[in-house]
Amino acid sequence: MKLGRVSQQGIVFAIFLAMFAGFAFFLHGFATTANMLALLQNVAVLGILGLGMAIVVIGRGVDLSLIATLAVPPGLVLQMVQDGSSLSLALTAALLLSIAFGLVNGWLIAYAEVPALFTTLATGLFLAGLGQALLFKLDVVQWSAGLAGFEKLGQGVVLGIPMPIIVFALACVVIGLLLTRTRVGAYIYAIGDNPFGARTTGIPVRPTIVLQYVLAALIGCLAGLVMAASVNSMPTRIYNSTWIYDVILVVVLGGIGLSGGRGGVLNVVIGTLLIGTLLNGMTIMDISYSAQNLIKGMVLLAAVIADSFLNPRNEETAQQGDI
Amino acid sequence: MKRFFARALAATACCLGLTLAAGPALAQKGLDEPFQAQFKAALAGKTVAYIPVSMNFDLTEGWFAGVKKELEPYGMKVIVRDPNWSTNAGAQALTTLISEKPAAIIVHNPDVQTYARLMQRAEAAGIHIIQINMGSVYRSSAFVGANWIEIGERDTEAVVKACEGKSNKIAIMQGALSAAASAYTLKGVENVLAKHPQIKVVSSQAADWDAAKAKGIAQTVLKQHPDLCGIVGFWDGMDIGTAAAIKEAGLTGKVFLATSGGGERKGACELVKNGSFDLNLSYDVPTQAADMAGMIKWLLSAGVKPGSVKGSIYTTLVPITKANASVESTCWNLSDLKK
Repeated sequence: MKLGRVSQQGIVFAIFLAMFAGFAFFLHGFATTANMLALLQNVAVLGILGLGMAIVVIGRGVDLSLIATLAVPPGLVLQMVQDGSSLSLALTAALLLSIAFGLVNGWLIAYAEVPALFTTLATGLFLAGLGQALLFKLDVVQWSAGLAGFEKLGQGVVLGIPMPIIVFALACVVIGLLLTRTRVGAYIYAIGDNPFGARTTGIPVRPTIVLQYVLAALIGCLAGLVMAASVNSMPTRIYNSTWIYDVILVVVLGGIGLSGGRGGVLNVVIGTLLIGTLLNGMTIMDISYSAQNLIKGMVLLAAVIADSFLNPRNEETAQQGDI
Repeated sequence: MKRFFARALAATACCLGLTLAAGPALAQKGLDEPFQAQFKAALAGKTVAYIPVSMNFDLTEGWFAGVKKELEPYGMKVIVRDPNWSTNAGAQALTTLISEKPAAIIVHNPDVQTYARLMQRAEAAGIHIIQINMGSVYRSSAFVGANWIEIGERDTEAVVKACEGKSNKIAIMQGALSAAASAYTLKGVENVLAKHPQIKVVSSQAADWDAAKAKGIAQTVLKQHPDLCGIVGFWDGMDIGTAAAIKEAGLTGKVFLATSGGGERKGACELVKNGSFDLNLSYDVPTQAADMAGMIKWLLSAGVKPGSVKGSIYTTLVPITKANASVESTCWNLSDLKK
């Protein structure tokens, strides 16, 4: 393989391998099964969100409202159960809210043709505000007795593997199959590659875009449920955090270009593993918070610079530009 | 005869005099208390503004409800400006309020610097400033709040005690680096650790007040050090995540978790009862609200010139443990406070 053909995915994977080997060699207690599971568990929710973002980004969109769907519908589940509803009713309500939200996003982007960046920025704010103003009494929605058993989704262990990892793995399989084995998956790639070409060939572009955002919202909701079950509460304030950048980072770092039409589940997995290894190693070494940010920034910068050296801008990106 | 008349006259006058003297007592007339009218006049129609870092969480909702309950019956208006975690929005709200001239502003500082100059300006403009729980470098008429150094010291002392005869390995779960509350608490932790050189801190990380992040850090640390004997957490809302990690590792009861918070029932007592926290130092929010209201009543009724006096009311901490977590009065309910 010529050096020029090394993809971003390859670069990130190489960085991940180098780092992993380094930690395993120098850091006592890193390369143990228990620690590997902890590593994966810590980034499972991020990985699930990454999958949702990947679907949208492959279809040449972006979903900044993902954290709102992570926070609000699952928060609603906790709040409704706290107020005395049954778990199934609360879950149904959350599911409907997620679907409705995805539909609104998709409709605005596909039919009203508002750019995805602005649409999801605004709708995310709207959903978070709706939650704060009307749905929740407090910012952190606490676990209640009616949810007994449901915490297994975040804290359970099957065959020695923590539940969040299993959910992430299952989500990877389902999304992977959707993207590579179904017609809808092929449509998403086609739209991402060239929306006008896709329309000309008769692909139902607009309904597919709507579907992408509905899927993203549902995946966001799933990630939120796992997170809530895992920490026994839903800190809805998470919407104000910078998490959405981490999600975009996982996707872009893994090699799914923001110009759409490329990449897949594997890229998300690689991006997630890199972030997970970095965080885990630095926590074990007890590196200070500021130094951690510095190191994170340097690794990312290294990946991006290496990519732009090895894969110079081509005619296509020159015309469309990156996001 | 003349003498008789004179005597009768004297007796009548005497009786009359007695009747006159006894008159007020017999008619049960009230006595005016000379100070209350002035007190009521000093409060009535005045406005108290409140700028928390954000509404919607137990502490800030509790303070608001408590202050309203105390002051509204005196005809005072309590208004809130919610910056929703934005320091910028908070500074803007404070600037606007200075021109609106309320009688007092209750400020919950996001950090020690940002509002300092604005608060100074407000006091120069004749507005009393009460700072709550998170103080700034500028000391205003009153600071009401927890002594974070003391919280750090007492939490650490409890953890050190729990570690006796064990591994002596502890972890520290800090809040956000920019928050003074977190830095002060850390100082308290250091004060105690200096006296106990046998204690080894295996991890001291900032989790940004975020439960999910705290869980991730605690998980990794517990995998590396399963013999950890205690964790000093900086806020119960975040340490819910720390507790979840301990529970998942099957170490509940073995790893002593000390934390602090506002003492709301669901976030504090319930979690001590179910074993998530071993110690939760509460800076009882209703008491803090009453202290703030008391300060405002005093400052306004005394006619103190804003900024001319400076004092503090450090909150007496309530240590919540299994022993008192089931006692009704240990924690408070937000819903009750709002009634």
